[in-house]
Amino acid sequence: MTTTVEAPAGAAPVAKTGAGRRWTQHGLLFVAPFLVVYVAFLVWPLLLGLRMSLTSVNIAGSNAGFVGLANYAEAFGDPRMWRSLWNTVLSTVPLVVLGLVFALLVHNLRFMRWLWRLSFFAPFLLPSAVVSLLWLQMIYQPGFGLLNGTFGTDILWLGDPDLAMWSVVMTTVWWTVGFNFLLYLAALQSIPEHLYEAAAIDGASAWDKLRSITLPMLRRTTGLVVVLQLLASLKVFDQIYLMTGGGPENSTRPIIEYAYDIGFTGYRVGYASAVSYILFILIVAVSLVQLRLFRKREESLR
Amino acid sequence: MTKRFSPGQLVLLVVTGALAVVWLAPLAWAVATSLKPEADTNKIPLQWVGSEVTLDAYRLVLGTGGIVKWAINSTVTAVVVTVMTVLFSAMAAYGFARTQFRGRRVLLAVILAGIMVPPQVLIAPLFAEMVALGLVDTWWGIILPQVAAPVIVYILYKFFQGVPPELEQAAFVDGAGRWRVFFTIVLPLSRPVLAAVSIFTFITTWNNFLWPFLVSTDPNTMTLPVGLANVVQGTFGVRYAQIMASVVLAGLPLLIIFVFFQRQIVRGVAHTGLAGE
Repeated sequence: MTTTVEAPAGAAPVAKTGAGRRWTQHGLLFVAPFLVVYVAFLVWPLLLGLRMSLTSVNIAGSNAGFVGLANYAEAFGDPRMWRSLWNTVLSTVPLVVLGLVFALLVHNLRFMRWLWRLSFFAPFLLPSAVVSLLWLQMIYQPGFGLLNGTFGTDILWLGDPDLAMWSVVMTTVWWTVGFNFLLYLAALQSIPEHLYEAAAIDGASAWDKLRSITLPMLRRTTGLVVVLQLLASLKVFDQIYLMTGGGPENSTRPIIEYAYDIGFTGYRVGYASAVSYILFILIVAVSLVQLRLFRKREESLR
Repeated sequence: MTKRFSPGQLVLLVVTGALAVVWLAPLAWAVATSLKPEADTNKIPLQWVGSEVTLDAYRLVLGTGGIVKWAINSTVTAVVVTVMTVLFSAMAAYGFARTQFRGRRVLLAVILAGIMVPPQVLIAPLFAEMVALGLVDTWWGIILPQVAAPVIVYILYKFFQGVPPELEQAAFVDGAGRWRVFFTIVLPLSRPVLAAVSIFTFITTWNNFLWPFLVSTDPNTMTLPVGLANVVQGTFGVRYAQIMASVVLAGLPLLIIFVFFQRQIVRGVAHTGLAGE
């Protein structure tokens, strides 16, 4: 690679296998536009954020004293951060289970599949602001909201600290379960039909087939869905910011909301950056698990 | 074909149908509310249809102009982000997959590592950068950070690796250069994956909230989600029919796109899922 021959632009490579080697300058030109944007708007702010997290900088940019790891120490000792982290992970279970249930139903049903697929996937296509406004104003509304109105109850879905988190989770499930549903649906379609036929000859019941064929065959997909969902949950912000602002009494605050609040409302950008970096490290950890799962999956496909 | 209408199928149909009704009810409720006269929107007990069916709420919402402006901002920014992302990513992916240059492996590793960086971690430093560059409250401020999407490079890189080199060799022999081969052979060949990636990028950008929310504080540059979140509640007060009309108008474009591109979107989701994002 170090002994590259300069090729005049437009010249045809002589040897077939040497095609790539002759175009060194072109290779870099292909990569350059993306690289510029990538460095300017991802790598650079990432480094900037790391530096910020070690200082006491506020949003106006002043008071940027170096404080070392003090911000990190403070974050780890802050019960609000742990609470927000727990809030973040809580919604994973219903999202994965319901995604699987919907996929199993739609996969096994022979009528109007497109309609069911659209029904369960449609909310995923809505912007978070739309979802939040709809649920805040017309579903959870005390009195004439769809939930209270239909069941004749008078529950403060978003106002009760014990209930608010579950209400937010319910909205998130409604909004995003369609993604997991589609991943499961794709996985179900790739299970070879002859496995079921063989089981049918052996006289297996529907339950037997589910337990000893479908679920084991879906194991890798489940691993993937769980990890993807964890990653998505760690990044939850919009609907909670818009619906409850993290309240009441911090009961719904996810970790990014927490960082946002500290940084943009509380003006402590340095501390907010430290919280963000803790989140980042968590996401890297989860991603590495995912990478391993994915590698196994690739090997199994070979 | 096994028998189509068995008792088992009937049970499944009832269960799935009931769940689908539950899942669609909030959307139906939004549409129903938007079609009522304002006075009928907060009645107890609930009524799905008001005293009359009217488009007044839509007329008022569209008449104030805000939502139209935001829709234009959303469309422009989402289209520019999609075009730039797909073009830049495809070029980079091809460069990594098919050409040799010094530092190729290191650069590729750096870019793939970027997949793990959650955009939300970048908001504070990115905002500081935008202030320094004077890009707050501009379209470019909304657009540029969203173009740096390494996951798209990864998906396309994987795809280009699978394209048989023989398809390019003939063109090289005929004297075509790398760029011509890229634009006239490789890109047309990749239409399905480019479509999936484009639609996916468009949806993500159109729905993105946090970044446009931070970088646009001026109602003239706000995107649709930001405009809705920021202003609707203040402007319309408790006019529920108008709020729901805005919700329907803002939600409709992507639902329409989905109906047209269902297969590509489903494939795109499955693909990003398999690729592990």
